[in-house]
Amino acid sequence: MQASTLLLLTIVLALVAYGLGYSRSRSLAMPLGGIRHLKSLPFYYGARAALWCLIPGLLVLAFWAAFQGKVIQTLIIGSLPPDLLPSGQGQASLLLSKISNVASGALPAGFAEPPIVEAAERLKALRQQSQVYMNALVISVTVLAGFLGWVRIRPRVNARVQVEAILKWLFFGCAALAIFTTMGIIFSVAFETVRFFERISFIEFFFGTNWSPQTALRADQVAAQGAFGMIPLFTGTLLISAIAMVVAVPVGLLSAIYLSEYANKKVRGVVKPLLEMLAGIPTVVYGFFAALTVAPFISDLAASLGIEASSQSALAAGGVMGIMIIPFVSSLSDDVINAVPQTLRDGSMALGATQSETMKKVIFPAALPGIMGGVLLAVSRAIGETMIVVMAAGLAANLTANPLETVTTVTVQIVTLLTGDQEFDSAKTLAAFALGAMLFLATLVLNVVALKIVRKYREQYE
Amino acid sequence: MSDQGSQAEIVRKSLKRRYRKERRFRAYGILAIAIALSALVVLFTDIISKGYTGFMKTTITMEVELDGEMMYLDDATDERQLKMADFVEPLLQALIKQVPGATQDDKDAVRELLNPYASIELRNLLEVHPEWLGSTQAVTVLAHTDVDVYAKHAGDDAYSIKLDERQQRWVDQLMEEGVVQTSFNDVFFTSGDSRDPSRAGVLGAIVGSLLTMFVTLILSFPIGIAAAIYLEEFAPQNRFTDFIEVNINNLAAVPSIIFGLLGLAVFINLFGLPRSVPFVGGLVLTLMTLPTIIISSRAAIKSVPPSIREAAEGIGASKMQVVLHHVLPLAMPGMLTGSIIGMAQALGETAPLLLIGMVAFIVDVPTGFFDSATVLPVQVFLWAGSPELAFIERASAAIMVLLAFLMSMNALAVWLRKRLERRW
Repeated sequence: MQASTLLLLTIVLALVAYGLGYSRSRSLAMPLGGIRHLKSLPFYYGARAALWCLIPGLLVLAFWAAFQGKVIQTLIIGSLPPDLLPSGQGQASLLLSKISNVASGALPAGFAEPPIVEAAERLKALRQQSQVYMNALVISVTVLAGFLGWVRIRPRVNARVQVEAILKWLFFGCAALAIFTTMGIIFSVAFETVRFFERISFIEFFFGTNWSPQTALRADQVAAQGAFGMIPLFTGTLLISAIAMVVAVPVGLLSAIYLSEYANKKVRGVVKPLLEMLAGIPTVVYGFFAALTVAPFISDLAASLGIEASSQSALAAGGVMGIMIIPFVSSLSDDVINAVPQTLRDGSMALGATQSETMKKVIFPAALPGIMGGVLLAVSRAIGETMIVVMAAGLAANLTANPLETVTTVTVQIVTLLTGDQEFDSAKTLAAFALGAMLFLATLVLNVVALKIVRKYREQYE
Repeated sequence: MSDQGSQAEIVRKSLKRRYRKERRFRAYGILAIAIALSALVVLFTDIISKGYTGFMKTTITMEVELDGEMMYLDDATDERQLKMADFVEPLLQALIKQVPGATQDDKDAVRELLNPYASIELRNLLEVHPEWLGSTQAVTVLAHTDVDVYAKHAGDDAYSIKLDERQQRWVDQLMEEGVVQTSFNDVFFTSGDSRDPSRAGVLGAIVGSLLTMFVTLILSFPIGIAAAIYLEEFAPQNRFTDFIEVNINNLAAVPSIIFGLLGLAVFINLFGLPRSVPFVGGLVLTLMTLPTIIISSRAAIKSVPPSIREAAEGIGASKMQVVLHHVLPLAMPGMLTGSIIGMAQALGETAPLLLIGMVAFIVDVPTGFFDSATVLPVQVFLWAGSPELAFIERASAAIMVLLAFLMSMNALAVWLRKRLERRW
């Protein structure tokens, strides 16, 4: 039985437990003179039995499904003859994929060494065994727990309180998932980053101006060691983000001001959803637009002016990214501008200021901290944006401030280093995680600061 | 008095300038909106103009003589014979007859007009109609990609035409005679990816997207609502709750690619789940969309007036009953709207899926949550990276399909909000 079938079966069993619990509570109430004499309604007795059976069953199922793959892999590797034992993690994963290919029949058994074929047989047997054990364990746990829950139905037990307590804990668990996600992110990047710095020195990574992560396939190749200086990536990211901000901030801010101060309801009703449409377009579409329309246009334009521009210029990626961020800036500034109290506006108007003077001299300074917070959030967005730069910016790590040249960014490198086949412990893949850690930290700081500013500002006028 | 008068004079004099400034400021605002909207218009026209031809295919219709001797086939019901038989020859002969001025010596040049898949199309036809063997039938098969490009883009400098001049003349004439036709591209919607642009379709990617979205929805909707209920209704005012809230707000702003790193390190390397499957994609997207869903669900719960809660509590409902029986149903439209918007975001997301290996070249349409699959935006990415313009055209067409999905989801969200949301 597959895990998904088992999941369905567990749910069916829980429904059965619900029905049995419901009827048992009713039948127990009969001699007492009806369900009035139960502490809770029959529904709650049924629900309690169902929860009793569902939760342990699902927990066992989830644990088994999560760890069986890893356990089987370890067992297979452990059972290989000594001369085949892999030396590193990369080799191990290569060997494992070969074994599983033989097991699934994708690689005919004749093409593999006999120990591999044996291992493939063992893999099949282990998988089958694991499946059987999992089925047996999950079903027995579910049935047993459900039975216990059913037996413990007593008229004097307040099932409602118990059900509500369990539900409350479940809700709490769902909310706490956010913490686990953050922890998961931190651990998954931290471990690999530490391993990265065991190979590449801190100083090279942070202060090196050369990025070429090609490591050799064989140890005896020349240039076996790549260069891992992140400065060019960092400046490239900043250059593209800066271009994006130059587009997004004025356009977003001015359109927010116009919409909130000048436009009538009708215009706002049409323009605002259209602006938000820009935010709803997937980034891969912007990437397509940047790479195939804007970039050639820019390089043609530059060529006709007699300037040399790369076909993957930072200007194209940054400009299109700016368009993507316009609605982000405008909706955040719109909120902030609307939060400025009307009294300030009225006071300024009463002194005879024009609308634009009120805007520039009164409202804008009052809203400035909030707008800054919004801009910081937008910057964090631009730094972490991936698809536009993957498609429209290049791979060459140039250290330049010229927007017409090709630069590469942190996110582009993460994607390039991690897509395709890779050994999992080469400096190359570890470098991707180190870059990910830097990206996470940078956006985290920006977000925390921005959210603080926005919140503080909001409190000021509340 | 004269002093006041001169001040009024100064103000009056400066008025013209100030009004000019006012008008200029207003013009800047209009200009900004115009820039943003024109970007939107340019984007859409660019994609539509690049991609509408992706919805068309080029076919060749001709009278094919299904001669058993020529095909080395005497029983079309015999599967083994069908496998061995020659289906290229009858197509070639039929086409040579159609092409004006072509002889048997031009076989190779004529063959380049036919799609390599055409022979399989003919075989499939014969499998369904074994009685056709020995007769002459009107058959429509796919034209070669080069013919497709020529038929759709002759005269467009951006496309390189690979047919030689003689072949171009042939195709021109065949198009006049109606032998070569362009029609609606059903192949695009009924097949998976392919190395041959004229046979590449989005069905595999659409099914992959649907499977991934199903996992995301099943997980993120209940978890998101449960978390929102806890935080709004049950959470005590303490540091731990604050910590959860800070985490959620932060996760909402973490770059999506970081979630890809998490998926790679935890789901694939730690748990040993397979790469490039919709199940893992769904898990990653769940973690990514949860903050959005939680935040919008909390707003929906907050908008339910306290009087509802007080009334329910007043007649003796427990806290949980108040929430589940009264608050939740009233907040549901808002939660649904927020979730649909979150799902739309997830549907368009590409970067984290690249890292968990959903970029593989996959021809088959996935059938389960653990089949290798790709999703629509990744398919766009894959095709957009191809040097062949015929693929670029498909990428734009796929973008239109993706945008159609997204727009209908957003329209559904707007409709739900208008229809169901209550104003208190």
